[in-house]
Amino acid sequence: MSLIAATGISTPSMFAPASTPAFAIRDLSFLVLAVVTLIFIVVAGVTLYAIVRYRRRPGEDGGDPPQVYGSTQIELAWTVVPFLIVIVLFLTTTRYIFALERHAAPPDAVDVTVVGNQWWWEIRYPRLGIVTANELHVPVSDDARPTPTFITLESVDVIHSFWVPQLGGKLDVIPGKTNRTWIEPRTPGTYVGQCAEFCGVQHAGMLLRVTVHPKDEFDAWVAAQQAAAADVPAVRAGRDVFTSVACINCHTVRGTPANGLFGPDLTHLMSRATLGAGVAPNTPDNLRAWVNDPAALKPGALMPAMKLSNDQLDSLVAYLATLR
Amino acid sequence: MSVVAPPITAPDMALSRGGLLAALHDWVVTVDHKRLGIMYVVSGLAFMLIAGLEAGVIRWQLAAAGNTIVSPQVFNRLFTVHGTTMVFLVGVPIVFGFANYLVPLMIGARDLAFPRLNAFGFWVFLFGGLLLYFSFLGGDGLYGAGSAPDVGWFAYAPLTARAFSPGNSTDYWNLSILVTGFGTVATSINLIATTLTMRCRGMSLGRMPLYVWMMLVVAAMTVIALPPLSAAQIMLLLDRFLGAHFFDTQAGGSAVMWQHFFWFFGHPEVYILMVPGFAMISEIIPVFSRKVIFGYPMIVAASLAIGFLSMTVWAHHMFAVGMGAPLNSAFAASTMLIAIPTGIKIFNWVATMYGGRIRFATPMLFACAFLFQFLCAGLTGIILAVVPFNWQLTDSYFVVAHFHFVLVGSLIFTIFGAIYYWFPKATGRLLSERLGRWHFWLFVIGFNLTFLPMHWAGMLGMPRRIYTYPADRGWDLWNLIASIGVPFQAAAILIFLLNVVVSLRRGERAGRDPWDAWTLEWATASPPPPYNFETAPVVESRRPLWDLKHPDDPDGPHE
Repeated sequence: MSLIAATGISTPSMFAPASTPAFAIRDLSFLVLAVVTLIFIVVAGVTLYAIVRYRRRPGEDGGDPPQVYGSTQIELAWTVVPFLIVIVLFLTTTRYIFALERHAAPPDAVDVTVVGNQWWWEIRYPRLGIVTANELHVPVSDDARPTPTFITLESVDVIHSFWVPQLGGKLDVIPGKTNRTWIEPRTPGTYVGQCAEFCGVQHAGMLLRVTVHPKDEFDAWVAAQQAAAADVPAVRAGRDVFTSVACINCHTVRGTPANGLFGPDLTHLMSRATLGAGVAPNTPDNLRAWVNDPAALKPGALMPAMKLSNDQLDSLVAYLATLR
Repeated sequence: MSVVAPPITAPDMALSRGGLLAALHDWVVTVDHKRLGIMYVVSGLAFMLIAGLEAGVIRWQLAAAGNTIVSPQVFNRLFTVHGTTMVFLVGVPIVFGFANYLVPLMIGARDLAFPRLNAFGFWVFLFGGLLLYFSFLGGDGLYGAGSAPDVGWFAYAPLTARAFSPGNSTDYWNLSILVTGFGTVATSINLIATTLTMRCRGMSLGRMPLYVWMMLVVAAMTVIALPPLSAAQIMLLLDRFLGAHFFDTQAGGSAVMWQHFFWFFGHPEVYILMVPGFAMISEIIPVFSRKVIFGYPMIVAASLAIGFLSMTVWAHHMFAVGMGAPLNSAFAASTMLIAIPTGIKIFNWVATMYGGRIRFATPMLFACAFLFQFLCAGLTGIILAVVPFNWQLTDSYFVVAHFHFVLVGSLIFTIFGAIYYWFPKATGRLLSERLGRWHFWLFVIGFNLTFLPMHWAGMLGMPRRIYTYPADRGWDLWNLIASIGVPFQAAAILIFLLNVVVSLRRGERAGRDPWDAWTLEWATASPPPPYNFETAPVVESRRPLWDLKHPDDPDGPHE
């Protein structure tokens, strides 16, 4: 498998935040890193000093040094000081926990439901009537009109975990338990993440990307996604292949007989940058290879090889390529 | 009624001839705590070699983006079996093996309280471990060639349900860990009974060596923490074979409940493995610093505090589960609190070295590296207790780095230190110092090369348990460095094995007390006779051999 993503991807570092919760976590992490670095320098320094200063030197007599059995004052001191540090860290941590978990949604917040599947993400916008997969599109938020995105997490099979480091911390996606998290991107761009809880064979191939649009661009994206699927007469043959073999058992293309629910919604397949939850760029060649045998790009993927003839493949891919 | 002695049967000819068969027979039927202890440690080391090979393949695969050395299916089996082996078949048997060997000697007893139970514990562990590895051979005919477990060492539900884990791979994991767990609980009960009832004259609880104190705490933690895991595993068996729905989310079961069960065992387990490391270090550092341990009562109190607090921190493995702000805060508090007694121990060890005359024999080298690496492990532990920070770091390579600093950088280092320290007692010969230094330096370099960069990979967003990663994520360099550390560690282990083989034959004779030490095990021959002590020892302080060597200034008045 070649996990090659498209261009313009930067390292998903938690120290390059682009969203309000991620900024908050980075700021907290700087404080914590400063505290532990200081502790490290002091303790490691004293340890190193003891090792160097009190090493046995050649020529010293074999006698034992004075025996010191303990000291109540010293031991009390090195109990109380860590205790004070712990109190400060705990209070700071708690403040951040409550601020991040109890953040209320403003009126213009976008609602998204992300559903974990073995090994892809279904993405639903219940208030906008959009269903897509693997690539989350959200508007940028600003102070004038905050438009954070509130994400409801559900799973249809095993536990997954939703994690886009530059936008926020991770939250598990658990069957039978509905979790809620939020992001508030401040800068347009594409941010990558992936499933962070081991979920089976293709855990590594369950990638995720979030595209943050300027507000008008996001509205345009929404309008395009809400449109019906393209119906181009020239590719009617491919459409017939699609509706006459098992594709429709698992995939939906709105406005056609295809209304399967096991696989990603393909109504606007070609609007997505990647295939197979991010394992390959969405090019006609890759699309053909994927339909021919998904396991070649993503070993263990649950979509079976459809055993189509070359002609069927050509016309099917020609049809899929029209689903913009 | 007269008592008739059973007739003495003629000795088996094959056995009486001596040789390999007789020796093997002796080892198999033994109930001697020293032999069982050695067998525990040797089997643990054998499993460590296997788990190390698995780790080597994992690092080979991850050395570059998009590698295809192994398939995802094989990769998942490798990290599952690696983790399971290192925790249950390496860490546990080695630390309990040492306790088996040392506790009776240190308290002046002739054996553990229940020698047959002890033998039972060992054989149950060994066959449980072999059962796990049998899974590599035992294809089930339905689900691929092999059926080694591939659900991760913490086997999260519902990935372990029949629907997502067909075949018998998960059952191998389940049964083998269930069985070794019985052995571990049996050994723990044995250690508690021995420590409480079989101490020699004069050895009050307050005079026990710190090693014995800490193993008492460890045994108590095991008895409390392990049965919940066994219970959960039995529930999983019921789910998989009898259609129960404890963890079956499709039928209303709870996936989160498995995590609570598992980590209620799993976090005390970290301390069950790490406190024995503290125990060994607390014996090694004073002897090589030539000073009495600083603040004995404080270290005992800190150990007890760790034992209690370790039962209250389990859900810090679950901060990303969505437990809600109040529970997250509570577990952050308990996790930060447990850092205090742990920190106190570090201060006490350093204070023991301070003002000493430190002799850097190999055991002390490992102890010094332990101090720095454990400091790192503890501080990354604090970082992980800061819940919002944890939301970024959990399940990333940062966590992989953190717990390898605990379990390798701290535990395995102390175990090696302990092997160099007590090998002369168990065999009568010293390990080579020259090879020991090679072993130490190669292992320090290799360990840090492999595990330091993983902190960065994790903070750059690399999740754990992925069999490959895209080239554009900026993780390549850190993974490459991590993989370069592997040959250094492998060379260190090979040198260690060479050292054992060579020293067993030609090592310097140790005598009773090669390190000029102070606890009772050094008062008897090396190796000790089957009955340990010719006469029952009597002690008057925490360092009976110090009293013998310094009749003018015994420890007693200072305690």
